[in-house]
Amino acid sequence: MAGADIEDRKVVAEVKGLVKDFGGRTVLSGIDLKVREGETFVIMGGSGCGKSTLLRHMIGNLKPSSGRVYLLGTDITDFEGAELDDVRKKIGMSFQSSALFDSMTVGENVSLPLREHTKLEKSVINIMVTMKLELVGLRGFEDLMPSEISGGMKKRVGIARAIAMDPKIVFYDEPTAGLDPIMAAVIDKLILDLSRKLSITSIVVTHDMKSVLGIGDRIAMLYEGSVLEVGTAEEIKNSQNATVQQFINGSFDGPISFFQSKADYLEQLTK
Amino acid sequence: MRNPIALMGAALLGSFRHVSGVLALLRSAVTLSIVGIVKKTPSSRHSISQQLVFAGVQSVVIVCFLAFFTGIVIAMQSARQLQQMGTVIYVAAMVSISMARELGPVFTAIVVAGRVGSAIAAELGTMKVSEQIEALETLAIDPVKFLVVPRFLALLIMLPCLTIFADAMGIVGGFIVGVFNLGLDPYRYIRVSFEFLVWKDVWTGIVKSLCFAAAIGMISCYVGLNTRGGAEGVGKSTTLSVVASFIAIIIIDCILTGIFFFSQM
Repeated sequence: MAGADIEDRKVVAEVKGLVKDFGGRTVLSGIDLKVREGETFVIMGGSGCGKSTLLRHMIGNLKPSSGRVYLLGTDITDFEGAELDDVRKKIGMSFQSSALFDSMTVGENVSLPLREHTKLEKSVINIMVTMKLELVGLRGFEDLMPSEISGGMKKRVGIARAIAMDPKIVFYDEPTAGLDPIMAAVIDKLILDLSRKLSITSIVVTHDMKSVLGIGDRIAMLYEGSVLEVGTAEEIKNSQNATVQQFINGSFDGPISFFQSKADYLEQLTK
Repeated sequence: MRNPIALMGAALLGSFRHVSGVLALLRSAVTLSIVGIVKKTPSSRHSISQQLVFAGVQSVVIVCFLAFFTGIVIAMQSARQLQQMGTVIYVAAMVSISMARELGPVFTAIVVAGRVGSAIAAELGTMKVSEQIEALETLAIDPVKFLVVPRFLALLIMLPCLTIFADAMGIVGGFIVGVFNLGLDPYRYIRVSFEFLVWKDVWTGIVKSLCFAAAIGMISCYVGLNTRGGAEGVGKSTTLSVVASFIAIIIIDCILTGIFFFSQM
């Protein structure tokens, strides 16, 4: 997808001047992002840079210290309870740990939002569950418990659950973390397929460079709580920013220092 | 090292915050229960029946076992004293009244706090640390409605039932000592048991058990939902739920006994 084409589309998720303090420590300092309809937007960054925190603000699970969050054209910053739930029904979220309900079968996990939020017949729900599982390549696994399937399968069931209500936007938190390279490629392809087949907007948080460059229509680099750069995969690859380059190449030398004295680290936490 | 008075103050403020947290959870659980019963939400019916089986049916054996031996112990303890006064038949009244008023409700609540409360705290705690609670919220499902209400209602229904079982089993235990050991006439034993047992003894016991059920349910759900820090956190929550439930049971018992039996004196 060309960058110019994306610029014309409707903004479906937006973050304006988002600041988050946790007990005096600034985790996010003034984030501005716009995600447009149908694109796959990747937020990349190192561990602890605040990317999962940013994602949790975008779905309303955390409230910003200042700044606004817009989803599907509504300002959800101050939404609570039923108002927030109405917005949440239109989005899906795939968790880093899959977060499947381990007292329920795979089928029940996927059908839960349908059972809770719709008045559909059981037979209709069953067909929808089969369809969603088919999309993630797990048709026929309905009766297994989450403890009986592999990590990659759990991730895919989590994605099937996230798309159960046919959401407009799906958020992925580290979709490929902890998976082997082949399964990671499968998940990447799945994210792309879902975006195209169901015209879903995908917002992916990851530190896996292979999937960043493979699936991102646009990419934002997050470092120490601020956005360093936003651009297409090409633009990011050719970035002049030394931090971005170090991150892409996974090189040891560069502005990001991995060796920190304990005193510096503690000071950074409490500053 | 900080000022010990400041530390104590902080601990006290912390526990007040938790008590108000438990009460807030109780308020929303009661509201949602009433809304759920009026609207007949279908999804929770299945989980309520699951919880009824776990909290109630599967606790029957242990509760009966405990109450049976409690009845035996009270009968044995009081028999010697009453024998000295030649009124050994009042063992029957002693057992039935103390079971119905006090020991039935309290012992049942303690068993259920240990067996069911700890399981609730561990289950919800594990769900919390493995992002499952957050996943529910993201699916626009209220964890209080989905997880807390079924457990709350199941305990509220089952604890009084278990208490009645316990009362009965305690009387059976006393009966065995009275008839087979003290050589009392079985018909007379039963008659005396129920002659002295007034309706108030039973209903106050049931009211107590309802309050205990609410306390156990709310404390274990609250502790579970506020778990932090992985496996260690789940372990701490499980212990905390049992300890806090015991404390709550004893405090509630004291207050209600004061209201029911002491205030009119």
